[in-house]
Amino acid sequence: MAQGHAPVLEVQDLRTYFYTRTGVVKAVDGVSFSLKEGETLGVVGESGSGKSMTALSIMGLVPQPAGKIVGGKVLLEGEDLLQKTPAEMQHIRGQKLCMILQDPMTSLNPVYTVGNQLIETLRLKPGNRGRGIKERAIELLSKVKIAAPEARIGNYPHQMSGGMRQRVVGAIAIAGAPKVLIADEATTSLDATIQYQYLQLLRELQEDTGLSIIFITHDFGIVAKMCDRVAVMYAGRLVELAPVRELFNKPAHPYTEALMRSVPNVDEEVDHLYAIEGQPPALDKLPTGCSFAPRCPYAFERCVQEYPSSVTVGESHYAHCWKLL
Amino acid sequence: MATATNVAAPVARPGIIKQLPAKLRRLKLPWTAVVIVTVMVVCAAFAHWLAPHDPVGINMLESRIPPAFTSAEEASWSHPLGTDVMGRDMLSRLIYGARTSVFISLVALGTGAVVGTTLGLISGYRGGWVDSLIMRTADAALGFPTILVAMIIVVLMGAGISNIVLAVAITVWARFARMIRGDVLSIKQLDFVTFAKIAGLGSPMIIIRHIFPNIISTLMVITSLQVGQVILLEASLSFLGLGLPPGEPAWGIMVAEGRTVIVDVWWLSLFPGLSITVVVLAFNFFGDWLRDTLDPKLRRL
Repeated sequence: MAQGHAPVLEVQDLRTYFYTRTGVVKAVDGVSFSLKEGETLGVVGESGSGKSMTALSIMGLVPQPAGKIVGGKVLLEGEDLLQKTPAEMQHIRGQKLCMILQDPMTSLNPVYTVGNQLIETLRLKPGNRGRGIKERAIELLSKVKIAAPEARIGNYPHQMSGGMRQRVVGAIAIAGAPKVLIADEATTSLDATIQYQYLQLLRELQEDTGLSIIFITHDFGIVAKMCDRVAVMYAGRLVELAPVRELFNKPAHPYTEALMRSVPNVDEEVDHLYAIEGQPPALDKLPTGCSFAPRCPYAFERCVQEYPSSVTVGESHYAHCWKLL
Repeated sequence: MATATNVAAPVARPGIIKQLPAKLRRLKLPWTAVVIVTVMVVCAAFAHWLAPHDPVGINMLESRIPPAFTSAEEASWSHPLGTDVMGRDMLSRLIYGARTSVFISLVALGTGAVVGTTLGLISGYRGGWVDSLIMRTADAALGFPTILVAMIIVVLMGAGISNIVLAVAITVWARFARMIRGDVLSIKQLDFVTFAKIAGLGSPMIIIRHIFPNIISTLMVITSLQVGQVILLEASLSFLGLGLPPGEPAWGIMVAEGRTVIVDVWWLSLFPGLSITVVVLAFNFFGDWLRDTLDPKLRRL
């Protein structure tokens, strides 16, 4: 699926810190990646590894006033989003960049019909007014495979199931025809069959529109099914970036390796499920060297002294680990 | 099982009018309070038809007539609640007094609610120094005794209805602002607000379309709980002579007028005083009921 175009989105050395009473929390610490047109990039990592905060930083919606983007660049079609004014960012959100949140039950306002909320977003595009707008909304609902969209447009969110609500959220997200869509655990709260249908839908939308998707998840099954490339995050840093097959066949970073081992396999019978020893470090008390070193079975002296630089492992496969040198 | 439910389903739905009594019963309305509030509002609205006499018409020949239910010989049903020192009909004055109370309360409360809600929304949504500024101002407004504020206003601008309204509104807005701000703080954390931001909506749109509709129930509860307070406040200010000129039909003024002759002409202070007590209680009961009914945590049970 990946096309060889110039990157639509390029994130360079992004740093988002939180200034709290107890100290500086480095939620995103030097993350770099790029995204081509029509490409799907998976972002995996455990809770608190900075996946969502990376997404919010790209959207320009870092929680205020504690959070602050302290460095880096977010280039969308060559323009640095971090230099934009809040008003310019508001225009970019929804039109060029959009995001689907995890919980469809709370993503829609309970007091308005779904049609109302869809039309509200459609109106944001200049020149999008008048009578045709309702037809556009119905068209969008049928695009996200909602049966009988003419009737459903008058429904309130509570009259719909979780899967259907997430479809509506998807319709609102693509209403402005964005270039990049960030799906932040968009299918986590859906049940397995609905999840599969939703992923299918996202792929179809992507084929139709050439949308680039950043897929944040902790489900390796989804990664294998959806993504072209995968970024693995640990403690606010991107530790490995690889094409999806490469990552599954030969994970380079010890953390990726351990993460893959912790996914249970149906065909094998095991007495104990594998778990990574220890806990991820607190983000305000990161160790000096590699953040994974305290839990890493291969760690040696250098690992606790300095953070590893990027090592090219294979074709467009990079990892931050001293062992690989 | 499935067929059983299917058979049971197509029972004809009773019409809305037939359902109404059952629905009303389920609401568990506080009937006493509702009746009292309704009587007061009707009196206020139709005072000119309901009042048997002119509320300000002085008739010295008929002064100090006791209420009709007493055994005094002058008592007659043409003045059911008697007359005051100037011979004005007490019942008529009470009915017109309801109009004064309702009018002043509505205007003062409305002003306070609009100003307080707007500032509360902005304060909660914007946060930062805007929030601090508005909230400290609200604290200051709440810390100032209303009577003192009213006296300052009367000294600066003279007595009159508009000054009572102003004095009451100055206190009341702060209560609205604080409660609404608290609600906004929790609502703005919800996903649909984040999603509205993601979809590219601006702050004014998010506040008006996504936050305001979700605070309406809070707004209704504060308003109904404040009505009683405002009526009481208006009566106190009138009692102190800070509002309407003496002689006007207002419950606070009537209590004040009877104060000096309370031993002989006891009905002068008693009836307006009772009216204030009963009406304030009724509004408070109604407000409590509304709060319990609109509280989503209780409603889900």
